[in-house]
Amino acid sequence: MELYWFLGLSAVLFTIGVIGVLTRKNAIVIFMSAELMLNSVNLSLVSFSAQLGDVHGQILVFFALCVAAAEAAVGLAIIIAIYRNNLTVDVSKIHLLRW
Amino acid sequence: MEIYLFILFATLAVAAAVGMITSKDTVNSALFLVVNLISVAGIFLLLRAQFLAVIQILVYGGAIMVLFLFVIMLLNLSSEENMISRFSVKYAIAFLLGVVVLSQLLYAIASVTGTLPYVSPEMERVGTVEALGDALFSTYMLPVLVTAILLTAAVVGAILLAQRKFSGKENK
Repeated sequence: MELYWFLGLSAVLFTIGVIGVLTRKNAIVIFMSAELMLNSVNLSLVSFSAQLGDVHGQILVFFALCVAAAEAAVGLAIIIAIYRNNLTVDVSKIHLLRW
Repeated sequence: MEIYLFILFATLAVAAAVGMITSKDTVNSALFLVVNLISVAGIFLLLRAQFLAVIQILVYGGAIMVLFLFVIMLLNLSSEENMISRFSVKYAIAFLLGVVVLSQLLYAIASVTGTLPYVSPEMERVGTVEALGDALFSTYMLPVLVTAILLTAAVVGAILLAQRKFSGKENK
């Protein structure tokens, strides 16, 4: 199969993630859209790696997965802390830093 | 055969992603994301990256999504009707930006088609646990150790952040 099929799928998934981040107000859904974008970039890295027959792209994906796990843990903890203080995860109602 | 499997997984992935950003219930969103991640793992298998496909299901579909579901159920969010932005201008701008991003990406992809046409036969060897482990535990030993420190720091930070008495303010 040609490379551009995989890259096209990756681009479509990334765009859906962008639209999700821009349109939703629920912080958890925004966070999941960010995970979707991260994952679509992983897909493009793996497809380049597969086409080149090179292991390094996959190692980068491995580290990206580790960082994603760390990021998910910290981000969800922040969401819990925000919920505890504001009793909402609606990002339009969280405006402590807005002047 | 491969092309049909690709179409199946790609359709599933895109449909699940669209379902994720459109569904009102957050739990449904999370479950749609699980479907999306597992179909992307299937595409990894089509690319013969076996190790990453398994890791994708274990770490992403398993661990991270369970964390998400736990948080969603811990917060006990009611599905609000106005979760999606009410202003149609905002919507229009978001879709415009999405179309711009997509066309940019597709243009970039279209300009390099034909340079790397097919899945390399090397992949039978390169995608295995053996090859990845070989590279990870020799050339990339230091980054692996740093990753361990990063994960420990993240877990400690997460516990500290989610602790009840962390914030100075009292709960209402």
